[in-house]
Amino acid sequence: MTSPANQPAKVDFSQNVLDASDTFVDRHIGPDDLDVKLMLAELGLSSLEELVEQTVPSGIRLTENLKLGRPRGEFELLRELKGIASKNRILRSMIGMGYSDTITPPVILRNVMENPGWYTQYTPYQAEISQGRLEALLNFQTMICDLTGLPLANASMLDEATAAAEAMSMANAVTGGRRQFLVSSDCHPQTIAVVQTRAKSLGLDAKVSATSDFAFEGSDVCGVLLQYPATDGRIVDHSEVIAKAHAAGALVVMAADLLALTILKAPGELGADIAVGSAQRFGVPMGFGGPHAGFMATRTEHARKMPGRLIGVSRDVHGRPALRLTLQTREQHIRREKATSNICTAQVVLAVMAGLYACYHGPEGLKRIARRIHAMTGLLADGLKRLGHDVLNDTFFDTLRIRPTDTAADAVIGAALARGINLRRFDDQTVGITLDETTTLADAQTVLEAFAQPAPGISIASLSQAAEHFVAPEIAAPFLRTSAYLTHPVFNQYHAEHELLRYIFRLMSRDLSLCHSMIPLGSCTMKLNGTTEMIPVTWPEFGRMHPFAPPEQWKGYAELFSQLEKWLAEITGFSAVSLQPNAGSQGEYAGLLAIGAWHESRAQANRNICLIPTSAHGTNPASAVIAGFEVVAVACDEKGNVDLADLHAKAQQHAANLGALMVTYPSTHGVFESSIKDICRIVHEAGGQVYMDGANMNAQVGLCRPGDIGADVCHLNLHKTFCIPHGGGGPGVGPIGVAAHLAPFLPSRTGGQRARGLTGAQVGPVSAAPDGSAAILPISWVYIALMGASGLRRATQVAILNANYMAKRLESHYPVLFRGENGRCAHEFIVDCRSFETSADVKVEDIAKRLMDYGFHAPTMSWPVPGTLMIEPTESESRVELDRLCDALISIRNEIAQIEQGKLDRQDNPLKHAPHTAAAVTSDRWPHAYSRELAAYPAAHLRDYKFWPSVGRIDNPFGDRNLVCTCPPMTA
Amino acid sequence: MSVPGDRKYLQSHEWHKLDGPVVTIGITQIAADELTDVTFVALPKVGTKLSAGKSFGEIESVKATSDLISGISGEVIEVNDQLTANPALVNTDPYTAGWMVKVKPSSPDEMAALLDVTAYEKSSGH
Repeated sequence: MTSPANQPAKVDFSQNVLDASDTFVDRHIGPDDLDVKLMLAELGLSSLEELVEQTVPSGIRLTENLKLGRPRGEFELLRELKGIASKNRILRSMIGMGYSDTITPPVILRNVMENPGWYTQYTPYQAEISQGRLEALLNFQTMICDLTGLPLANASMLDEATAAAEAMSMANAVTGGRRQFLVSSDCHPQTIAVVQTRAKSLGLDAKVSATSDFAFEGSDVCGVLLQYPATDGRIVDHSEVIAKAHAAGALVVMAADLLALTILKAPGELGADIAVGSAQRFGVPMGFGGPHAGFMATRTEHARKMPGRLIGVSRDVHGRPALRLTLQTREQHIRREKATSNICTAQVVLAVMAGLYACYHGPEGLKRIARRIHAMTGLLADGLKRLGHDVLNDTFFDTLRIRPTDTAADAVIGAALARGINLRRFDDQTVGITLDETTTLADAQTVLEAFAQPAPGISIASLSQAAEHFVAPEIAAPFLRTSAYLTHPVFNQYHAEHELLRYIFRLMSRDLSLCHSMIPLGSCTMKLNGTTEMIPVTWPEFGRMHPFAPPEQWKGYAELFSQLEKWLAEITGFSAVSLQPNAGSQGEYAGLLAIGAWHESRAQANRNICLIPTSAHGTNPASAVIAGFEVVAVACDEKGNVDLADLHAKAQQHAANLGALMVTYPSTHGVFESSIKDICRIVHEAGGQVYMDGANMNAQVGLCRPGDIGADVCHLNLHKTFCIPHGGGGPGVGPIGVAAHLAPFLPSRTGGQRARGLTGAQVGPVSAAPDGSAAILPISWVYIALMGASGLRRATQVAILNANYMAKRLESHYPVLFRGENGRCAHEFIVDCRSFETSADVKVEDIAKRLMDYGFHAPTMSWPVPGTLMIEPTESESRVELDRLCDALISIRNEIAQIEQGKLDRQDNPLKHAPHTAAAVTSDRWPHAYSRELAAYPAAHLRDYKFWPSVGRIDNPFGDRNLVCTCPPMTA
Repeated sequence: MSVPGDRKYLQSHEWHKLDGPVVTIGITQIAADELTDVTFVALPKVGTKLSAGKSFGEIESVKATSDLISGISGEVIEVNDQLTANPALVNTDPYTAGWMVKVKPSSPDEMAALLDVTAYEKSSGH
């Protein structure tokens, strides 16, 4: 290695020699200095600055560095974060309200939650290389169906509260537009609040009352929402209200506790039409509110009205069972403004964990956990009664509501606090206690001591003595579950740790993730999820915090949030940020609510028109409708840019009622539109607000800012630009930044806690937990802190460089569509595959499947333009990896050429039969005209390592026509 | 397959065939091909009143979902139940076995306003 070109990059002497030597910037960014130089040379450029000048319009370019710190070292930053985390005080939580401490089985903690083989995948659209988590999600769906007693469950919802809100929309749709939704005051308060927010924007009437006061007069009730067991612990006989609701033609929605359902009669058996809830206590840490998998189950006839992603069983080309996302035409990306839900990213990795928790414990193990909690609660109730306190509920699973005798609620809560336990405060006189899997006899004893404290004359019953003679309480017959559940072998054969460990790794081996190769999905930003960023997620200081713990206990979280908010505000050029939305879709919703509420505050509630370019992602129009807007489409020109003349005309036409424009920047076609400032001006002049979709923020960070460009609100996908992993389809986090005038209209916080910083009373909460998916926010905090202003800017520059380098390498093989004025794309680009359909009978899907044989996940397929591939390499991919993908795409183009030239058969060729499984290639029967070697080893690098798709091409129509969404019998 | 000349069309690809007092409605092969494999057809109940230009149902393929539009007003008197079990009939035999609803028209004149086969073929670019 003597030639100068091969010398390693020189140390940057602008750094102080005593600065940390483990800085992260060069770990995060794939190409080193030498690669960058060579890649720039390929493009005829001499510097990254020159590339930016040719790419980002001069009128919007940031002229100074972001006010963020210097790049930092990983070791010392983690130490600093540990210091912040240790300001969180973890007490025993007995607050309940749908969040319970749980024991994450260590085999799941280490091998799933902390394992990039499980958290770095994309959503399983390319099903042939996603069979592992599709199976894990099918287990989740089966578990939800079994426990709720309903035949169809999705995988998954964002949280219990939004699931309840989605159920309300569903009831509205199923009943043909009835507008009243009766909500029991027995529901968790955060669920009620989120349902009310959604009802308001949808123009529905959510009436909260005691269940006994539900009025079904008239025929406008679409559904009722019940909590089972009630938020104060009671197990209520709902048979009368269920009968009344059904008689009135309304749907019954039950928010249920999943663990309670192992011993309580299932909602489906009680007559519920929809069951919702959270799978958190199935092994997923509370994490100050998230992320966890919410769930929804319903009757089969409502399949097409059910929101969210649904896993179904189909078959592959060899006739073997194969899993896929089914009934996708229900989803927002296809239905657009006709969608009744905007959710897309769900909570996959958390649903996987919850499903595996059920596999590990099995039906008997889960029942044992539930019975132990129930018995412990009974023992505690006994003790409290003996101490002379009033136990208000005589039926319970894990929760008691107590009226302490001769003492106020706060005194008991204070005494418990002094002993390291958080209780729930219902009101001045009553407190709540919820027990969980982690509760010990000693914990229960401590609770008793807290209750005995103000009256020292009373002797404390010794629970351990009482326990010896204790007869466990029984669930009363009408509520006792007698039906079997989790009978499928998958829940009964992995109870030994070795068995589960191997099952976890077997499933993982069927999923292509960032552990294998780059995932070049346009608009998805599959960048590095750095290990240092991920480590804090499973620290107990972050994981074991209840979302409604008193603020004095989460000072660490508060410090982290306020720093993160400040940094995100600086990066976006906005004045305030809300971290609450727990997915990009929820960010869109919250941002549009802010715009709507602002108009309303100026007595212009009539401004309900939302302009959306036809190039927008389908989630935009879906969110707009759910936020109460009416969508008007704006045309795009042949270059994919917003048609200014049409925008102007539509803005004028609707000037009196114009509420907002939703625009993605850079555009969904991967171009920095030079007219973006004009676009914002036209909308503002007509009285509207500009909502910027931050999906493509990775092209902006450090180079330009939505706030400076003219946007009023923008959501950020922290799971794209800011390194939170995609988790194979969630979790996502979608905070919003807003300009100062919209700051009072950010979503308010649930739980009646003192507000942390800015809040708006005008807009209700959009997520169950006040800070959304708090437990994964440290990932983005670590990323920004490690990169600093200069590192973030360089990351964006290299993201743009990587895209332009690949476009350059591919342009003589595939037409590259939509570039900016100087011939540069932004951070992603589109290659056209449409002509191959006539020249070689090759569809873009064939290319996508063939890439699997080369060890790659396809780029975004047929979006935003049908018949094309959109490639986003991100800054985290090295030149070697970019070249490997380019070589694969060029090699596939050569295969197409061979078809065109007649050297390969037009039907019997490796593209049409891709992907090739090991079983097919090694079979004694090889019916194809091309060789097995060409099928499986078309590139040299595959000899070093080969990822085998586990199933052949999946039959999509078969799966949609024959809906099977639970684990099929093992003989299948 | 050529577009049959014995019926009337909407630009949105629905065909309307008049047989005595009854109009049968379905979608064209062009539409079925565009949708690709049809997976589900949602049709109205017998007795439903249709209005000209309004949706009477939905059709789904793996990739897309579309409204089904009626070119005439009237009452649904029969629905093709075969499509529930075998939605692929819309792909394989859209003009006969893949029919969707039979309607008793309330204003038979509305048929006159629909496209004839030449106009439809022109509008669909075929």
